[in-house]
Amino acid sequence: MLRYIMLRGCLAILVAFTVSLAAFLLLNVASDPAQAIAGEDATAEVVETIRARYGLDRPLPVRYLDWLGGVVQGDFGESYYWHKPVASLVADRVDETLTLAFSALAVTILIAIPLGALAALNPNSWIDRFALGVAVSAQAIPNFWLGLLMIIFFAVTIPIFPVSGDSTWRHFVLPAFVLGSSSVPAVMRLTRTGLIEVMGADYIRTARSKGFRGWQLLRRHALRNAILPVISVLAVQLGQKFGGSVITESIFAINGLGRLALESILGADIPTVQMLIFVFAIVFVAMNLLADILNAAIDPRIRIG
Amino acid sequence: MTDSDITLAAVELDQTTLLTPGQIFRQRMFGHKGFLIGATLILIIAIVALLAPVLAPHSPFEQSLADRMLPPVWSEGGTWDYLLGTDQNGRDYLSRLIYGTRVSITIGLGAATVGLLIGVTLGVIAGYFGGWADHSISFLLTAQLALPGLLLAMALVFIIGPSIWVVIGIVGVLHWTYYLVVTRAATQRIRSLDFVAAAAAAGASPRQIIWHEILPNLMSSIIVIFTFELGIAILAESSLSFLGVGIQPPTPSWGLMIAEGKQAMFYRPWLVILPGICLFLLVIGANLMGDGLRDITSPEGRNE
Repeated sequence: MLRYIMLRGCLAILVAFTVSLAAFLLLNVASDPAQAIAGEDATAEVVETIRARYGLDRPLPVRYLDWLGGVVQGDFGESYYWHKPVASLVADRVDETLTLAFSALAVTILIAIPLGALAALNPNSWIDRFALGVAVSAQAIPNFWLGLLMIIFFAVTIPIFPVSGDSTWRHFVLPAFVLGSSSVPAVMRLTRTGLIEVMGADYIRTARSKGFRGWQLLRRHALRNAILPVISVLAVQLGQKFGGSVITESIFAINGLGRLALESILGADIPTVQMLIFVFAIVFVAMNLLADILNAAIDPRIRIG
Repeated sequence: MTDSDITLAAVELDQTTLLTPGQIFRQRMFGHKGFLIGATLILIIAIVALLAPVLAPHSPFEQSLADRMLPPVWSEGGTWDYLLGTDQNGRDYLSRLIYGTRVSITIGLGAATVGLLIGVTLGVIAGYFGGWADHSISFLLTAQLALPGLLLAMALVFIIGPSIWVVIGIVGVLHWTYYLVVTRAATQRIRSLDFVAAAAAAGASPRQIIWHEILPNLMSSIIVIFTFELGIAILAESSLSFLGVGIQPPTPSWGLMIAEGKQAMFYRPWLVILPGICLFLLVIGANLMGDGLRDITSPEGRNE
């Protein structure tokens, strides 16, 4: 087990650095950071001065290693736009995104698992069709549009939740619903198929023959086994929530990492964009690693094979 | 087993052998409700896109400052001249929605094709050759999955400069993993089948085997994924355009129209609601069609 975790951990670190290298190359080859700092109207002379001052005249591999050397010490460089260390910018805003990501995950769980369970217990009934309809529709609704509909609805028709800002927990209700709903189809389908499979297993038949019925059967026997793969998918979905925060935060005016990402892109602030891509990738990789370890802990076939 | 049972079985056998694969395919296709709904939606939207100049009552770009923000015809103050009202620049909203089909479909088809070329190439190489090729491509897949796609797409489109071609290229380059995963597994399976071994024994080169034996057998899976990726790419473009780092004004992109309508959404909600409905219908059409094609082409032929 320990060997398996070590192996997966090394792979995760390798992936994180590959991603950072890819992002660094793409961003620095596609753009001229010196020109971005100087502004579009700057003269060639000014651009060259800036290039030399920020060390942007050095070859790309040197600049990447320089960046990497800083990252290892927790230094992600200085923002071109805010003129502050990027790491402190990110630290200032990480709380909002963490709150949003976890509450979105809670929304996903609260909607997807009961719906998937109800659908599995009544295959081909109206509730099963309804759940399928929810999944198919949720996959086709643009997330930003759902957010705007919520704002229109809750700001005008039923003003019970604030639609902009991040000062109280009430501000997070609508954004969490919007961000969380995007994971509902995947988690719901997995709960449904997993539960249908488990309900056909021999030990469930035994439990039925012993007189277990309905909710008791579900809670004490079926759900425990069906929920295992769902947990690992939830970990992956949580990792994706960070990347998904860009749209939700900009719609609901939440001052988190997603909004920072949009602002730094529009400000051509390459160091900040780079760090955010790195951080989101690390979160995703870490969540995947967690999912792998959970799976291995549960299913011995994985850690041996 | 009685005599009548045997004749019945014989008749059933006869019927299935009488049908050509094409007939079975058509039978399944027309018996699949989801597929029919999806295909109809896609067909209608494709016709609208092709006939946009004929169908649109106005030019999608022509501004009429006297007619700004007119409501749709069914609400108070609407006129038959502008069926779905006008936007903040006095442009006919219906005409912009109609031309918007062209933007969405072009980007959807383009990006899904770019992803297809990358994903299928890598998938076939990984599945056919195995070994180191497979290991490195699998690593590439893991790395690609870890990249925050939307964020990177936003940054790259913004830096390179937004245009339809840049959006197609970048959305496509970031959406190939699904093709890879499916074609890799399918290639591994097909590779171990007898007809591939026969072709190899007959002296066919790997290149010939891939082109003549493997790719034709991957076609149905590739078409299914293409249909799903169409919807995914369309949603990606609309998100980029909504955030201001995709299609630029005055091109009528639905995502951009939603962003433009956002300023006035409390007083003129239709500016936001209508383009969203168009996006929803197009994407759900593609998804239903993909689900249907998967059921129809799968060997079990699930028909529900």
